[in-house]
Amino acid sequence: MLEIQDLSAWYGRAQILNGVSMRVGQNEVVALMGRNGAGKSTTMKSVMGLLRQTGGAVRYDGRDILGRASHAICRQGLGYVPEDRRIFGELTVEENLEVGRRPPRPDAPEWGLDHLYALFPNLRERRRNLGKQLSGGEQQMLTIARTLMGNPRLILLDEPSEGIAPVIVEQMARVIAELKREGLSVLISEQNLHFARLVSDRTYIIEKGQIRFEGRFDDLDANPDISRTYLAV
Amino acid sequence: MGFYFAQLLTGLANASSLFLIASGLSIIFGVTRIVNFAHGSFYMLGAYLAYTLVTLWSGSVLGFWGGVVLAALVVGLIGLVVELTILRRIYHAPELFQLVATFGVVLIVQDAALAIWGAEDLLGPRAPGLDRAVRILGEPIPEYDLALIAIGPAVLAGIWLLFHKTRWGVLVRAATQDREMVGALGINQAWLFSAAFVLGSALAGLGGALQIPREAVSLQMDLSIIGEAFVVVVIGGMGSVSGAFVAAVLISVLNSFAILIFPQISIVLPFIVMAIVLIFRPYGILGKPGSEAGAPEAPEAPLTLMSPKAMMVMCAGLMALALSPLFTAEFTSVLLVDVMVATLFAVSLHFMMGIGGMVSFGHAAYFGVGAYAAALAVKFLGFGMLPAMAFGPLCAALAALFFGWFSVRLSGVYLAMLTLAAAQILWGVTFQWQDFTGGDDGILGVWPPGWASSDRVYFYIAFVLCVGGIWVMRRIAYSPFGYVLRGVRDSQTRAEAIGVDTRFHQWMGFVIAGAFAGLAGVVFAFSKGSVFPDSLGIALSIDGLIMVLLGGIHALAGPILGASAFVLIEDWVTRLDYWRFIFGTIILVVVLVAPDGIAGGIQRLWRIIKRGAA
Ligand SMILES: Nc1ncnc2c1ncn2[C@@H]1O[C@H](COP(=O)(O)OP(=O)(O)O)[C@@H](O)[C@H]1O
Ligand SMILES: [Mg+2]
Repeated sequence: MLEIQDLSAWYGRAQILNGVSMRVGQNEVVALMGRNGAGKSTTMKSVMGLLRQTGGAVRYDGRDILGRASHAICRQGLGYVPEDRRIFGELTVEENLEVGRRPPRPDAPEWGLDHLYALFPNLRERRRNLGKQLSGGEQQMLTIARTLMGNPRLILLDEPSEGIAPVIVEQMARVIAELKREGLSVLISEQNLHFARLVSDRTYIIEKGQIRFEGRFDDLDANPDISRTYLAV
Repeated sequence: MGFYFAQLLTGLANASSLFLIASGLSIIFGVTRIVNFAHGSFYMLGAYLAYTLVTLWSGSVLGFWGGVVLAALVVGLIGLVVELTILRRIYHAPELFQLVATFGVVLIVQDAALAIWGAEDLLGPRAPGLDRAVRILGEPIPEYDLALIAIGPAVLAGIWLLFHKTRWGVLVRAATQDREMVGALGINQAWLFSAAFVLGSALAGLGGALQIPREAVSLQMDLSIIGEAFVVVVIGGMGSVSGAFVAAVLISVLNSFAILIFPQISIVLPFIVMAIVLIFRPYGILGKPGSEAGAPEAPEAPLTLMSPKAMMVMCAGLMALALSPLFTAEFTSVLLVDVMVATLFAVSLHFMMGIGGMVSFGHAAYFGVGAYAAALAVKFLGFGMLPAMAFGPLCAALAALFFGWFSVRLSGVYLAMLTLAAAQILWGVTFQWQDFTGGDDGILGVWPPGWASSDRVYFYIAFVLCVGGIWVMRRIAYSPFGYVLRGVRDSQTRAEAIGVDTRFHQWMGFVIAGAFAGLAGVVFAFSKGSVFPDSLGIALSIDGLIMVLLGGIHALAGPILGASAFVLIEDWVTRLDYWRFIFGTIILVVVLVAPDGIAGGIQRLWRIIKRGAA
């Protein structure tokens, strides 16, 4: 469904990605793992059309999307949840969701406000509050809900478990399972092996802008050296 | 009592006018992050169009208000054309490009208005039904002022509803905070930007149109309002419409009382208020720092030293320049002095922007302080030329020390606006302080002494000072200090992490740039024999930016080429009719076609030729 081939990316003169290749299949949850600064966020931003200097190829449903404007990529059915959440702090929860709203698509599940409020009950209570008044966990919920308002088929989740309380992490795991049940494909980036194993089918490990491992978690367990070298365990 | 109340009402009526133009500017900045100098031109066009329409449909109430509204709509349409043809191409360019491009629009609109409506000031008709005064507490208050007092809040309410009750408004508010994220959520920013630009332009047009019963419509309306409108936007918080309203009321009401005590203050008061507000609230009263994500990357200045070949070309050029008085006419020497002064000025601005990473919209301030300090020293202290030439840059450095201290506390566009405010304060003081600075009449008789009075001798004095000044700045740029400054420019956080006092370095960079701009001002003053407030004005600051941009920010020789080209083009073009139109067009062409300036253009051409030859 999503195919990344030999992707490279630069910030200024610094090359951050150096030939990243990976794929996400239909209704699959894939974890992109790696330490801080390994290039996970950069990969996601490149896919989403948020970086100007990129090379290689990104195909979505067979169509080339690398180098296209990010709104056009989103309209193909790709949702992006940034790691720093990027809530519109001066807008209410409901207005934040309104910004993400897009018309329904025939090939993807439709998420109305009611469905989302059922998934994230906190947000219903706080729907008239400003984004900046929410707690970190609530903001994380809101940013996912906001992206789901666009009725995506594939969603890029950048470090959804980072910096939130353990209870919320559990809730997050349930949400990801629900996304899979609804038929979405998910690419999440993670540093936490435990969480990644809990929610995803397969994993890639990235280090210094290159993929160092790909496979199932069993394969990873068979080679403890790999997680020791490339992950902070 | 009644008198003070009347004064308050006048202040509020002024606030409404100011709010209309500032709200549009704030919306445009909030969404597109473009500092739109052409906003004053939209305001002026609104006034001219309303003048024509209202005169055409004279007499009836419907004719007046219909004319005002239609003028605003037409201006909105003109805004759309400007957005689609020019701005859309440069949203990702550095601020400097956008500023200069919108200034190109200012020049073009000025000459278009001159061609259509002529140079005479036009007195518009009064508003039918609102053309008298009513007595409130015994004081006569124009009815039209009362109408304006109502229109301001009404427009604010309208914008509020638009922004809170429509999807479009929610998107605009979201984009003001983080436009890149809005794009990632599937919103086509281009469309959002166009719409915001149309709304903003129409508001400026409305502001201008509503002005016709109060003041004569003239070709000076654009630049006279733009400074104040910027101030209101910055005080209120860029992108905040309610902030613009609060700031407009604050400034206008303060002003209507301050002039009772100190009549000359009105030109500088807004800028003083702005400086004070920015010190305590760097993002304005109701402003929030917008997300920098998706912002244009800062232009990089190359670190490479000149190649031996380029060095030889440079030396040959310098030799030719040095020998030029021997085989050219006197007036060529005079023109070449202008070129050298402009080059020194441009290099000092490039030092500040390219090396220091601080964009200045008010660099003329230090040029002017240098020129005035020297002229005043000659006039009041009896200084000779050479001591005065040392005194000027010293004063410019002191002024830069003072204003730089405030400016380096901010960054990006906020820093740029503060430098603009500083320049406007100095300009206002110079303009108003008749007894000391001569006001509009300037200071005359600042000539070199007998031994240096021939154009040739003065040419060599200017040559030594300007070339020497440029050389010294180059040395500083490659000194350890220069490297640290560039490090700060490239990554403030990284520089701080390794223990560099970033503010101090920027501050000193500011002072150095100011001192050399002052040196350029001094050389200029003695070459013309006089100084006028123009030498501190917005126009000269922008000229400097155009020179840097013309040359190309990336190239080492950029400011030199840019300043030379600027002076020569100006010298030629200003002899023509409608030269502003031509000049504005040249600016737009450079920005859109050769964004890397002359130096970049030559390099590209050179590569093409080489490839063709190979
Ligand atoms: N805006 C930026 N400018 C320059 N370098 C950046 C920027 N963002 C990230 N980097 C660098 O890119 C590398 C990869 O970062 P990132 O993709 O955010 O890593 P991860 O998400 O895996 O923690 C890091 O070395 C980081 O310092
Ligand atoms: Mg990351």
